[in-house]
This record gives sequence, C-alpha cells and structure tokens, in this order.
Amino acid sequence: MARKPIEPKAIVPLGDCAAYIEFADKLDLEVNEFVQQLAATVHSRARPWMRDVVPALGGLALHYDPDHPDVHGDALEAAAILVQECMKEEAAPEEAPARTVEVPVCYEREFAPDIEVVASQVKLDVAEVARVHAAGEYRVLMIGFAPGHAYMSGLDAKLAVPRRATPRALVAPGAVAIANQQTIVYPYAISGGWSVIGRTPLAVFDAGREAPSLLAPGDRVRFRAITAEEFTALHK
Amino acid sequence: MTIRVLRPGLLTTLQDGGRYGLQHVGLCPGGAMDPVALALANALVGNAAGEAALEITVIGPELSFEDETLVALCGAEFDGSFPRNRPVLAPAGSRFNVGHTTRGARAYLAVAGGFAVEPVLGSCSTYLPGHFGGFQGRALKHGDALPLRDPAAKERFAKLKKTRNGTVKWSAPPFTLPDREPILVHVLEGQHFASFDSNAQRSFFDTVWKIAPESNRMGFRLTGPALVRSDQNEILSGPTALGSVQVPGNGTPITLMADHQTTGGYPRIAEIVSADVARLAQLAPGGTVHFARCDLGMAAELRHDTRERLSAALRGIAWNYGQ
Repeated sequence: MARKPIEPKAIVPLGDCAAYIEFADKLDLEVNEFVQQLAATVHSRARPWMRDVVPALGGLALHYDPDHPDVHGDALEAAAILVQECMKEEAAPEEAPARTVEVPVCYEREFAPDIEVVASQVKLDVAEVARVHAAGEYRVLMIGFAPGHAYMSGLDAKLAVPRRATPRALVAPGAVAIANQQTIVYPYAISGGWSVIGRTPLAVFDAGREAPSLLAPGDRVRFRAITAEEFTALHK
Repeated sequence: MTIRVLRPGLLTTLQDGGRYGLQHVGLCPGGAMDPVALALANALVGNAAGEAALEITVIGPELSFEDETLVALCGAEFDGSFPRNRPVLAPAGSRFNVGHTTRGARAYLAVAGGFAVEPVLGSCSTYLPGHFGGFQGRALKHGDALPLRDPAAKERFAKLKKTRNGTVKWSAPPFTLPDREPILVHVLEGQHFASFDSNAQRSFFDTVWKIAPESNRMGFRLTGPALVRSDQNEILSGPTALGSVQVPGNGTPITLMADHQTTGGYPRIAEIVSADVARLAQLAPGGTVHFARCDLGMAAELRHDTRERLSAALRGIAWNYGQ
C-alpha cells in the first residue's frame, strides 16, 4: 500500500527565536527517518541566521536569530520556506550518511540492576535478555532530556517492559536501559525511570571531545556484549 | 592576577553568552540568565560583550582582589554597599561583599580583560548538570583562586573622567529589574494551549504566579492553581526553547530557563517572548509574575525596544571610554 506523502502538519512558533515544523504527532518510524534526513539537509544549508537544527521524534525545530540582517521579513516564514525548499530536494546520500556506531555493553549483574526483574517480566532467562538486546539493530530517533541522551528504536518486542513504577534516584553513567520498544544509554548519573540491563564503559557525552556526543540523531547503533574484565579495560 | 573566593555565595558561576550548535545532541545554549545585565557589566569595564563574568544569585560571594582590578557589578541590587552599574578600580587587597539582593535575583561581576579560563565547546559558560565550562565546571567554592587575564586596568580606568574622590559620576543601570510585582511577561500561546480546559486557559492569564523555591537555572516552577487539560492524551516528546512554559501532569507550570532540556514530553501552554525572559530571570523564589498574551509582531517590537535601550546604554558607556 502506497503511503501518503509526508507533509508538514503544523508550523509552530517556539517563542520568537525558534520554530517547530511538525510532521507527525504520533511516533511513526518512517516519518522520523524522513525528519532525520530533512534535518541533515537543512543543517547543510547553514544559513547564518540559524543557530540550531534539532530533529525530534515527529518533526524538527529551527532555532534562529530573528533580527539577523540576512532574515528579510519574518523569521518564522523564512524558516518555513527553508524547510520547504529542502523538502523539494532529492536527499543527497552524501549529506546524510547513516553511521553505524558500535557500543560495547557489559550485561553482567553488577552492571545490570534491573535485568532479573526484566527477565521475569518477559519470561526469559537473564542471558537471553542480554542476547536479544545485543542482537538488535537500533536507530537514534532523538537526543534530548540530557546531553547525549539518545532515544533509540529497534528494541525486540520480546523485551517490551513498561517504565519502572519508581524511578531510580541515580543511574550509573553509561547505564543501558529499556522501556516499551526503545532503549537508551544514560550519559550521566541522573534520575531515571527505565530498566537498567547493562552499562557501557564509553563516555556517552564528553565535553572535551571534538564530537562531544557518542551518538547523533539518525545514527544506526549496535550493542556488543563484553565481559566485566573488558569493561574495566575500556573504562578510563 | 587573581580573585580569591572567601565565601562562595548561594550560587556563583562564570557565564557568557552561551553555546549554540549542539541542541541536536541535547546540549542547551545555557549562558547568562540576564544577558542584558551581562552585556552592560562587560561594557562598563571595556570588555567585548561576549566575555564571561561571575553570575551572582540572591546571596553574593565574598571575594578578595589580590591585585588592583577594574570591575563592574551590574544587575540585581544588594543590601551591601559595593557601587553598582559603574566601573570601579578595586585596590589590591580590597574586599567584595555585597550581601543579599534587595531587588532582582541575579547580578554580574565583570573584570577588565576577563577571567583566564579556557572555553569548552565554544563557551566559558558553566553548565552545572554536565560539570563542564566556566571555572572547573562548577559553582565557586571557598578557597578558589580565579585567574584573570592581564587587563591593563589602570590604563583603561585612566581614560575615564573622575570626580574628586576618584569614581565616575555616571552609571548604566540594567532595565531588567522588576519595578513592581507582579511583573508582566508576554507570551505566545503554546502548541498545546487548546488542549487545556477553558478554566485553565483563563486562569493561566488571570493568576498572579509565584516563583517556587525549587526553581533554578534549568527552570522556574510556578505556584498557583493546577492547570488541567481537557485532552488527557500524552503528547509526543518534542523540542523546547528558552521560555517554553510546560505543564506536567500535576498541573504546575514550569518556565524553561537558560539550562533547560532541549526536548520535553509535557504539553507547552505558552512560549515566553525572548525580550521578557531576562526580566523573569530577575525574579527570586517568592517573586510574582502574570502573563499577557501577545503575537509575533508584538514580540518583535518588544525585542527591538530592548535592543534599542541596550545599544543606547552601550553607546553611552563607549563614549565615556572615548571610543
């Protein structure tokens, strides 16, 4: 069945210095993939009045300086026109090369405080939970909540668990967690309501790195199971 | 050259104009809560507008100037007696102790030549949740020694006309401080305004909201009636901006401030216009605000008014420096 063409549903001012172009108000992975490519195209235009291009689950935000001399007239309109122009262009493949990022994860008990609860919830044994999670192919739908905090689709329906009734006050930096049909990696020791089933030794967000965020919107992600020894070796 | 921290105050951090370009990986621009007061403080000591200064919050720090230092304090008013809104040549060994704010919540202490800290991701702003930027990625602590660049303070100060007691007789006050409360803040209707019931829509604009104690650089929580949605459906997480007003399930609005999250899953009832965010930032917990509806045209007018007032003040300061 042919899909309807993807068109903006709403152009919403986020105050007077940003606009949100919404394509879907429900999670739709196909729309999200389109949004990621569109954001890459808009970003590559690099208009001097644009400050940030932020792809989200169902649309993208443009943050801008509405008084920049290159904005002729209304900034919201200029943003909407720019997005429309980018939509007309064929997505040039070199503009949005989907990276694949491999993230090592230790699923052993000391790194996975919730894996036993998850195993009993989904009626699998603990090793199977780790195997199914590591076998998945994931895609970064959006980064938000905290720097580097990526929401990824692609979790096997066999591992779908609701959010924890009581959020943990602090999760470990690099904690790999699941809820519903998504997975995340916590960048810092923050409060979190997702079930933690492993931990990566990599720095998820490091302000000292040239690319501070391990993951970017649109990235393909694979998890590789590692032992506690490998975790210690990779953890700086 | 060094400024030594004797007492840190409630929350004293280095802040500049913030960092754009990383919101897609979840990092907010951050920077000074009141960019108007920051720009004036910098201009008063002859700095470029984007230089980092100490953002002082409600209770000021106690500092010791180890060397003769040209400084300016701009923003909130304090019960202490340090001169505000003008350049001051602080003698070597002198103290800075402003006490508690009496009007406004935030002030900026700029030093001629700036603080000698390395920018992180293009900015010297302290991002507290990520522990980076500014001075060692954190708020000031007792015993810190803040390094200063060589500012040629005396030469800069020498250019200014002085009264007999050696001070300048003019000042450049910020115009972001609350004249009377509640302050009036202009908003656009948010994307989800229509999903609130008519009572909530009315009371959002009729209520005098109080800034709750659990307010910080990330967001201000507002005390008032709970705002109920007629459409209870969860919304898809979407992008947010500085000044977005979110309403979580408990009905308590939160205004997103400088260190806000870049995306959010709560409905946005309103968006504060950029010209009024700095004025809101000057309210301390207990301060009061009410909201007035406006459109993008009026938001642009308010923005241009602010810019005109700021550039007139900056021209006046530059004239005194003979530029």
